[in-house]
Order: sequence, then structure tokens, then C-alpha cells
Amino acid sequence: MVLEQVFLELIRRAAVDLSPDVETALRSAHDHEAAGSPAAAVMKTILENVRQARENSTPICQDTGSLVFYIDHPLGGTEPPLRRAIEAAAEEATKRQYLRPNAVDPLSGRNSGNNLGVNAPHIHFHQWEKPETRIRLMLKGGGSENVGAQYKLPHAAVKAGRDLDGVRRVVIDAVLNAQGLGCAPGFIGIGIGGSRDTAYTLSKEQFFRRVGERSPRPELAELEIQLKEELNRLGIGPMGFGGATTVLDVFADAQHRHPATFFVSITYTCWAFRRKSMTIINGEVTYD
Amino acid sequence: MIELETPISEKQIRELKLGDSVLLSGTIVTARDQAHKLMVEEKPDFLRPLLKESVIYHCGPVVKQESDGSWRFVSAGPTTSIREEPYQADVVCEYNVRGVIGKGGMGDHTAEGLQRCGAVYFHAVGGAGTLIANAVVNVLDVHYLEEFGTPEAFWVIRVQDFPLVVTMDAAGNSLHKRIREASTAAARTLMGLG
Repeated sequence: MVLEQVFLELIRRAAVDLSPDVETALRSAHDHEAAGSPAAAVMKTILENVRQARENSTPICQDTGSLVFYIDHPLGGTEPPLRRAIEAAAEEATKRQYLRPNAVDPLSGRNSGNNLGVNAPHIHFHQWEKPETRIRLMLKGGGSENVGAQYKLPHAAVKAGRDLDGVRRVVIDAVLNAQGLGCAPGFIGIGIGGSRDTAYTLSKEQFFRRVGERSPRPELAELEIQLKEELNRLGIGPMGFGGATTVLDVFADAQHRHPATFFVSITYTCWAFRRKSMTIINGEVTYD
Repeated sequence: MIELETPISEKQIRELKLGDSVLLSGTIVTARDQAHKLMVEEKPDFLRPLLKESVIYHCGPVVKQESDGSWRFVSAGPTTSIREEPYQADVVCEYNVRGVIGKGGMGDHTAEGLQRCGAVYFHAVGGAGTLIANAVVNVLDVHYLEEFGTPEAFWVIRVQDFPLVVTMDAAGNSLHKRIREASTAAARTLMGLG
């Protein structure tokens, strides 16, 4: 097993194909839009695009996103070889046009041309007491990242207090403000509590849940179900053309907060919800 | 489904309504940020025959150069259009453009320009990079590649059955404005804000 090759294949899979649960959700959204409507036309184009990308092995979207890795490794594992393999794979994936060069130095304005730079790719390392290494990758689009939002409760403009109803209100406000600009229909990750940075981190990590997988905490599971139904009543629809599906799913999680703070972070991801994972044990790789 | 081919007459454009689904074929030109600034500030003449009764596409494509030197679009979905709001109306009127393709819609200044000069805004499906690249049957030419780089150059392309929806018509109407108003009312009801 050559680690770089294994990562290259993971990146290729993430850029050119969606997970089956995401594709099923898109198909179901298509079937729920009125026949002949602009929304139905959008969903049909999306499904056809997904099929062609898989067949051609070309990127689903020309914005192949920022690379965000989450790695759980066994005790005694070391990070530097994994980091080097990821960097080499990202560079090669860019050469092969699985990825567009998306790492820009904010000071000089220069694009590094190979997706490498400070914190690019971004890697979360975590050690666990299991024998295998689990690697999860998200390709996070820039347009949808721009419509994410963080609120601190209370938030008077929408009468949001420091409770779950307050959380519900600011999520509705964020999705309303996003309109179709995050490439709707999207997926919503919600991080409740923590600090400014950990609230966003928690919201984004929710995207590794399967579509339809509810929170194990009953009050959050209820909130997810209620928000999915309410957000779809906004009528923003695919691409913001109006329609029945504004969001495809909502995932929430909570963590302890400081008594003085109550942050709610909302991360939006476009319909091109690209995340893949793989497991390595004894030199054997399994892709999800 | 309405089929249109460039060059498009003003009459054809003024018949289009909000929500119309269109399959566009013919020669069009990509242009985004630096290109729009150039078109307003320097008004280069080489673009006049290319843009007259044609369509501008807001797109920063992934492009591959083949071993014989020819170009091929690999992934080519629309980019966010609102950044061109300060320039778009002037560009449409100066060059007699009949349509602008992008995503997210544009503002009142553009809506007024589209109405005055006879053009519409076509919305492409954001993220449909491969499908749209497959609709690009030929890359005919490229201008300002050196100066602006791949994503921002003027790519002169021939498209076949490019799927689009009219979201701003030539009568000053905007689907984006309507959806924003309706969804704001729905959100206020959900939150009991009256």
C-alpha cells in the first residue's frame, strides 16, 4: 500500500462521485417538485450532472472546495507521514484535474496552484483506542461556506432567547438570508454552545452523519425534524427558484458553553455534498 | 422547453418570461471579474462582433490543453453574478448583448439595463460543472489568457443545449426578488413575528 496513492483515490472519489445517501436524497427531492416547474428542471440537471461526473471521472462541480480531513489513528500512530501523504496526493490530484487549485494566499493574492498552503489542506488529528485508522474527507465548497453564519443568543431581531426555540429561530434566519446562494437545496449543520471556533467546528463535523441519521439526543432529534419541515416551508427551493425542497437535511449537536456565552453556528453545504471516508488496518484499505 | 440559438433577436428575448426553461446553443463568451472591469473601462473593439446579439457567461472553468494545443472544458458551472453588478448594465448596452448567464441573480441596476437594452438573465444550475462542460462542444478561441489567467480569460465557446432558466426578464421582473419577498413572509409567520 502506497499511502499517497490511497489518499489520491480518496480525493478522486470525493470530487467525482456523491455518496449513495446523498444521491438518494437528491432523487427524492426531484420527485417532490411539481412536474414542469423550474425546480424540477434544476433537480433533473443536477441528477444528470452527477451521473456524467461519475462516468467521466471529472469533478461534479468546478469548485472542488477546500480539503478538510478528519483522521482518527491508533495509539502510537504518527502524524507527519499522514500529512506528507495528503500533501503529495493533493498536489497530484490537482495535476490530474480532480481538483481545481483553490488555495490563495490572502496577503499576496497568489494562488499556490497545487492546493497546498498554510492550513491547506486542513487536517484534524484525533487518537483513539482502536487498531484501525479512519480517514474522513470533506470537499467544502466556497459559495456555500460564504452563507454560513454565527449568532450569539439572545438575538433580538428574531426574538431568539437562550433556549432551543432561540436556536430554531436563528437557523430559520440564516437559511432565509442564504436564499439560493449556497447552491440550494443544501444540508445544514448546527453547532450549539462551545466557543466561537468550536461551535463552527462542531457544526461542520455533523456533515459526516448519514442523511436521515438523527441525533441520539431526543430533544435535538426533534429539533432536526422540525427544522427540516419548517425550512422547506420557506419556499426558496432549488437554486432559489421557488419549490418544495430548500434543505435536504438538518444535523444538530451541542456542547457545553461558558455561562456568559451562547453561540449557535450554522454551516451550509451545497447539494454537491462531497464527503468520503476510508479505513486502513494492517495495510488493507476499505473505501466507504 | 424553449430552444434558442445565438445570434438572438431582441424580439425573441422580449418574449421570454420568468421561469421559462431554455436550451441555448451557439457561440457565447465567458467573462467574469477582470473581464467586466476591462469591458467598461477600455471598451475593447475585438469583442463587438463576438458579443453582438450573443450571451455572456459568468464562469471560471477548469480547462485542459490537449497535446495538439487545442482546449477542452473539463468542469464549467456558473459563478456568482452579483460581483458584476456595477458593470453589467453598461456592458449589455455597450455591446448589444442579449443575455447574461450566471447564478444567484443580479440587482436593480442590471434589471433596468436588461429592460432598456433588451436582454435577460439566464440562471444556470450551480454546481453542474461536468454537465455544462459536456454541453461545451468546442472552444473556438481565448483572449487575455496571459493577463487574466484561466478562470478569468474571455473563452469563446460553442455550446449545444445548455440548460438554463430565465430568472430576470426584459420587462424588469426578477424571480429572485419575488422569492426573497415570499420566503421572508413565510419565515416571519414561522417565527410569529407578524
